Amino acid sequence: MIEVQNLSKRYGSHQAVKNISFRVEEGEILGFLGPNGAGKTTTMNILTGYLSASSGVAKIKDFDVLEQPNQAKMNIGYLPEQPPLYLDMTVREYLDFMYDLKKCKLPRKQHIAEICRLVKIEGVYGRLIKNLSKGYRQRVGFAQALIGNPPVLILDEPTVGLDPKQILEIRSLIKSLGKHHTVILSSHILQEIEAVCDRIIIINNGELVADDTAANLAKKYSNDRRLLVRVAGSQEDVLNTLSRVPGVERIVSQGEKEPGVFEFSIEPEEGADVRREISERIAARNWAIMGMQSKEMTLEEVFIALTREQLGTTKKGGRSK
Amino acid sequence: MSAVFKREFRSFFSSPVGYIVVAAIAFFSGLFFYFINILGFNPDLSYVFGSLFPFVLIILPLVTMRLFSDEKRQKTDQALLTSPVSITGIVMGKFFAAMLVYVISLMLMIVFAMIIAFQVTPDWTIIIGNYIGIILLGGLIISIGLLISSLTESQLIAAIGTLGISFLLILMDSFAAQFSNLTILTTVVNFLSVSQRYGSFTSGIIAYDDIIFFLSMQALFLFLTVRVLDRKRWS
Repeated sequence: MIEVQNLSKRYGSHQAVKNISFRVEEGEILGFLGPNGAGKTTTMNILTGYLSASSGVAKIKDFDVLEQPNQAKMNIGYLPEQPPLYLDMTVREYLDFMYDLKKCKLPRKQHIAEICRLVKIEGVYGRLIKNLSKGYRQRVGFAQALIGNPPVLILDEPTVGLDPKQILEIRSLIKSLGKHHTVILSSHILQEIEAVCDRIIIINNGELVADDTAANLAKKYSNDRRLLVRVAGSQEDVLNTLSRVPGVERIVSQGEKEPGVFEFSIEPEEGADVRREISERIAARNWAIMGMQSKEMTLEEVFIALTREQLGTTKKGGRSK
Repeated sequence: MSAVFKREFRSFFSSPVGYIVVAAIAFFSGLFFYFINILGFNPDLSYVFGSLFPFVLIILPLVTMRLFSDEKRQKTDQALLTSPVSITGIVMGKFFAAMLVYVISLMLMIVFAMIIAFQVTPDWTIIIGNYIGIILLGGLIISIGLLISSLTESQLIAAIGTLGISFLLILMDSFAAQFSNLTILTTVVNFLSVSQRYGSFTSGIIAYDDIIFFLSMQALFLFLTVRVLDRKRWS
């Protein structure tokens, strides 16, 4: 649905995007993650045809954004960081204008009414955009992106400025839209990306540093394979039993955490999954597992690790010169 | 293009700008008509057109100043440039919207011509010539205004810049007259002279080359506007 190949963008001497390639399949929700100034917005602006790439190709539904801009743009709904609203228009006039501008063919009244219901702006339909609060403006911007029911939605920080309840509403709206649309969503709220997106791309300093699901990212970048297990049983016996499980490299007792319940830190051999074996052996002895936790990194830790790593390498590069 | 045209035209009249432009031009043309034609028993409307011209020059930059500068400042250009409309379509939509406001403000002149026609037979070629002339010249100023507006985010700079360049175009002859010994300069200025070509319209001479001159100058400035907007995407 969306294809990006070796995309680069240079502003004068500053290289904002460096040789990025990725694909987004139909019906996928892709999260775009990166610190401020990493190149998220620039990439989105190139995808939507607002900016031109210095080199590389961006394709929407097999239409090259540069070669066949109108066909490509017909298939995109774009919500920029700052919603492109004409403050001197009412919501009704604005949505009517965007409908005309996008050359939408769907039945006008019905289509616009449906969008207003989806993003819950029926109540402010007749009001001047100038007089709307930030949250409502954001939603009108969202409505604008949905006009024409485009198969690709590109949303640049769609929940900025909304209150927590609205954020949840918009997130669930994006999730439900994701069933029939291809969505690219940028945010620096990690929980949001984790909650909404099927796949995550992390960009740092204009470079793509990771492209995977949240769970895989956490696994891949986690060096710590330890399992924390709490067992209701006698400390010595459990230690003896579990140390004999094949694949367990080391086991350490962390002491009594609850009355009669001990916590053990288990380090498995690389690549070994010992969880099933452990639970079976404990069940066989009539003990009970009160908790089991793998010490995988959270998305936040992965993000910080990846973006920091990058800083480190650029520093090294600087020194060697 | 029609979506941009409609929005732009409506927004002139959802803010005071459209009303002020129409009212100001109507007021001054009425004033000159009353003093020159009614009180002076003069059936020649070209004096009214002639006196109106400097006001048009000052008012039109106010029409064009926000057209692109405001889009950029409010980031609404992102909606325009990411929609399936070509940049040329956007520029033309805005140009025609401003032209329509301008032509509406000149409508009162038709009423004046009819008032004169009740009394004497007016010289229609002079009236039509003046009309075409002032519309073509206004169109040129509007196209210059669009270009300047696309270059800046500030409405004030857009207005003053347009005013300055328009003045320069119209006063070009007088400047060139200071260097009358430079024949090349005089030839070039004579060819490019806006005021000379406008002058022939006001005396009722409707020549094709003058019309083509004005239309091609407008096309040039509109083309440059398209280039400026397109170039921003590459920088």
